[in-house]
Amino acid sequence: MRFGVVVFPGSNCDHDAWYAASHNLGHEAEYIWHDSTTIGSVDAVILPGGFSYGDYLRCGAIAKFSKVMRAVKQFASDGGLVIGICNGFQILVESGMLPGALIRNRGLKFICRPVRLVTMTAKSPFTSQTNPGQVLRVPIAHGEGCYYADERTLDELEAEDRVVFRYLDNPNGSLRDIAGILSRGRNVMGMMPHPERASDPLMGSTDGLVVFQSMAAVMAVK
Amino acid sequence: MGTITPELVTAHQLSESEYEKIIRILGREPSYTELGIFSVMWSEHCSYKSSRLHLKKLPTRSKLVLQGPGENAGVIDIGDGYAIAFKIESHNHPSFIEPFQGAATGVGGILRDIFTMGARPVAVMDSLRFGPLDEPRAGARNRRILEGVVAGIAHYGNCFGVPTVGGECLFEPGYNGNPLVNVFALGVFKKDDIFLAQARGVGNPVIYVGSKTGKDGIHGASMASAEFTEESKQKRPNVQVGDPFLEKLLLEACLELMETDLLVGIQAMGAA
Repeated sequence: MRFGVVVFPGSNCDHDAWYAASHNLGHEAEYIWHDSTTIGSVDAVILPGGFSYGDYLRCGAIAKFSKVMRAVKQFASDGGLVIGICNGFQILVESGMLPGALIRNRGLKFICRPVRLVTMTAKSPFTSQTNPGQVLRVPIAHGEGCYYADERTLDELEAEDRVVFRYLDNPNGSLRDIAGILSRGRNVMGMMPHPERASDPLMGSTDGLVVFQSMAAVMAVK
Repeated sequence: MGTITPELVTAHQLSESEYEKIIRILGREPSYTELGIFSVMWSEHCSYKSSRLHLKKLPTRSKLVLQGPGENAGVIDIGDGYAIAFKIESHNHPSFIEPFQGAATGVGGILRDIFTMGARPVAVMDSLRFGPLDEPRAGARNRRILEGVVAGIAHYGNCFGVPTVGGECLFEPGYNGNPLVNVFALGVFKKDDIFLAQARGVGNPVIYVGSKTGKDGIHGASMASAEFTEESKQKRPNVQVGDPFLEKLLLEACLELMETDLLVGIQAMGAA
């Protein structure tokens, strides 16, 4: 399997994601520069955390105009797997690839600590190796991670089994405790917590690795 | 020439004897620009003129010390061909005047000292001292300073992409209106890849890069070295506004450049 990690100016979890995919998971991983018009021959795309283009306007608002995002969108509409983590999730909602928005944390403060996530569905390429209800301990690090959407969208996400992760102790005020969601086609996922920071035993938890394992398992079948 | 008044010298935080020394060195009166340069370079913040006596007492030599004092950061051999570069620096005065930006640029400054040695910063720690938060008179201000400092450290580190892995924080009445904000940063690299602030060779281009300049941060170094007074609050514009995104780009650009054979020497300019 070959993972492609997109690097925007200001991405700062790109090395972590690359390391999780290559060293912890044991698959191939390469970087994709933001200025690239193609994503090359990768089997899955990771939009990593960070502050793409400084995020001075609004998180993810500039990144959606980058050249590489056109290629990522095409890849996703062809059924390719795309995971957006933290800033990557923000970019996915700004690009319209996922519904809703990520706004300032309810407490208006940056939060950086491990949280417990409940896996809501195993019927996704990102959780195929989990059991529904499985609790994962994965860190968050964000100031703008409060998931927001109108009632109808939230109902739809739930009715279509598209809520992948919920917070057990909601840290940021996200509506309905949502920590991660799927696209309608179920091949695009955004999540605020950082599974790549919980993929190496040295980091205190390897609970996040199952997300990448699930992706690899699904791609192996394809 | 002839425009340097005693008031101007005082405003630049230079003493009478220091000014006389400048005249002796130059053999003439300095220009306005030169006065500014001396003001910065001879400030406590940049030259450690009063604390260097004490700093000299610290042990700095060992087989494992690859780089002692005098460079952007110290370097220690940690074995297996790897080394760590680390440094601690205070940002007390800016943090008192403008807590968020003062602490944020403290983090930014120390990170630059690490990556100009060739190391990728991997950790930040902070040693903080504040006045008690529940004091009837100073409590409100102490709380404001604490909140701003913590938010500034968190924001800059998160945006730049380096975790704040630890630190210490104590509260004592002695720190009312006199907080201490010390920032430590550490980076890892191969021990053969150390870069120094030394350059030789005729005809080499000198490239000066950094954040865009504004009206913020002017006289920051001499301000940071001044005594704390009530008027200090009027010095808010002297605190620089940090740009962690640009420093992140600078980090990647420097490390990429260091992988080539083009670089002779590199120096973090800091407040100067």
